[in-house]
Amino acid sequence: MYPRDLKYTKDHEWINIKNETGKIGITEYAQQQLGDVVFVELPKIGQAIKRGEQFGSIESAKAVSDLYSPVSGEVLNVNEALIENPELVNKSPHETWIISIKLTELDEVKDLFDSINYEALLK
Amino acid sequence: MPMEYSSLTEEHIAVRTRAGLFDVSHMGEVEIAGSQALQAVQKVTSNDASKLETGQAQYSALTTHSGTFLDDILVYRLADTHFLLVLNAINTEKGFAWISKELEVFDDAFAVNTSSRYALLAIQGPQSENILQELTTIDLNTIKYYEFTTGEIAGARTTISRTGYTGEDGFEIFVAPQSAQLAWETLLKTGSSAGLLPAGLASRDTLRLESSMRLYGNEITEDTTILEAGLEWIIGWNKPSFNGKEVLAKQKEGKLNRKLVGFEMIDRGIARHGYDVYDKDEKIGMVTSGTQTPFLKKAIGMAYVPTEWSEIGATFFINTRGRRLRAHVVGMPFYRKAKD
Repeated sequence: MYPRDLKYTKDHEWINIKNETGKIGITEYAQQQLGDVVFVELPKIGQAIKRGEQFGSIESAKAVSDLYSPVSGEVLNVNEALIENPELVNKSPHETWIISIKLTELDEVKDLFDSINYEALLK
Repeated sequence: MPMEYSSLTEEHIAVRTRAGLFDVSHMGEVEIAGSQALQAVQKVTSNDASKLETGQAQYSALTTHSGTFLDDILVYRLADTHFLLVLNAINTEKGFAWISKELEVFDDAFAVNTSSRYALLAIQGPQSENILQELTTIDLNTIKYYEFTTGEIAGARTTISRTGYTGEDGFEIFVAPQSAQLAWETLLKTGSSAGLLPAGLASRDTLRLESSMRLYGNEITEDTTILEAGLEWIIGWNKPSFNGKEVLAKQKEGKLNRKLVGFEMIDRGIARHGYDVYDKDEKIGMVTSGTQTPFLKKAIGMAYVPTEWSEIGATFFINTRGRRLRAHVVGMPFYRKAKD
C-alpha cells in the first residue's frame, strides 16, 4: 500500500528524496480522509520553507487542510497540473507530487517515517 | 443521513445526469387542520396558501413578527381544511411550539407534530420519473412541478410530490417509517441500471448551492428577512395580514440595507460559510455558503453585502484564510436545468 521508497510524516505527507531534492505529496490515507479534492493552493517557486511550516493547502468539497513541509528547503517547482486537475491527488496520491523542494537540512531526513513505521502509525 | 455514500462528486454528478436517492426522513412534519386551517396557515406563513388547491404545494416561510425566518418550509394542501408543513429538522420543535401558540386565537384550527409518522425519501435527477414509474401505477407524468398525489410505490402507501432541493426534476416520497427501508432498497435496486446512486448530505448541500437554494442557518435565519434573502416571491402581499407583513412592507417601501447575492471567485480559492467580505480595508459583509461545485466546476457562493454591492459584476474581496481573494457578483441560480 505505502511505497517503500517514500518517507512519511505524521501529518500524512510523503516525500520522495533523490540526491538533495524531494517531491512532496499527500498519502493515500490523507486523500481518503479528505474526500474529493477540488482545489490545491500552491506556493511560489523559490520560496524558502522550514520543516513543519505550511506551504499550501488542499481543499475538498467538505474540508480544508493545510499542507506542511516534511523538511526545510527551497521550492524548486510546483505541480501545475493540479490547478486544472486537483482530483489527481485522489486518483493516484503516491504518484501525484504537489511541490518539489531543494533540501537545505539533510539531517532532517532521519526524523521521517519509513513506510513500515508510517503504516504502524495508521493502525 | 451520512455525509456521503460513495463520494460527494460522484453523487452530485449522478443527480445532475442520472438520479440520486436521498433519505431525508430527518425533516419535520407539522399538520394543521380544522375549519379555520387555511386562516391559520395564512397567519403563520408568508406565501399565499389560498392559491393552493388540494394536491398542490408551495415554498414558504414560517415568519416571526419581524418578517424574519423561524424556518423555510413547504406547505402541502392535503384537503380543503388540512395542511402539511415540512420543516427543517433543527427547527421542528421550535416551529411546532410557535405554531401551536399562534393558533390559540382560532376556535377551530389545531396543529399536530406528525414527524414520527413519516419517513421521507427524495429521488432527484433526470431519470427519477423513469425509475419511479417502474414501481407504481400512478401516472407520474400527470404530477406537475409542486403538485402531489397519493398512491402505492412497491406496495407501500405513499404521498408523492414533484419537489426537491437539488434544482433537478424529481420526487419526494412520504412513507410510513416501517415501510421506508423496503422502499429505499427497492428504489435503489430498480434504479441501479439507470445509474441511480444513494446520495448523502454533502452532495445535497453542493446541489442546493449550485441551484442557489437557501439553507436555514446559512442564508436564512431569525436575523434575516425574506426581502434581504431575495425571496420576495414567497410573500403573499395580497393577504390582508400575516406574521411580519407590516415590517416587510415597511422594508420594501424604504431601502434594503443589505442583500443576498451570488458570487463567483475571480482569484483561485474557495470561500466558505463565515468568511468576511471586504471593500479595501472595510468589512462589508459575510459569506453564507461557498464551495467548489462538482458539476459547474467553479468556486461559487452566496453572501450578504450592502445593497450598493449587489449589482451583477460588483467586485469585492473575500478573506480566505488570510488571503484576500477577488470575487464578483453573478446572477442566480448558478445552475439551471435544461428545459424539457
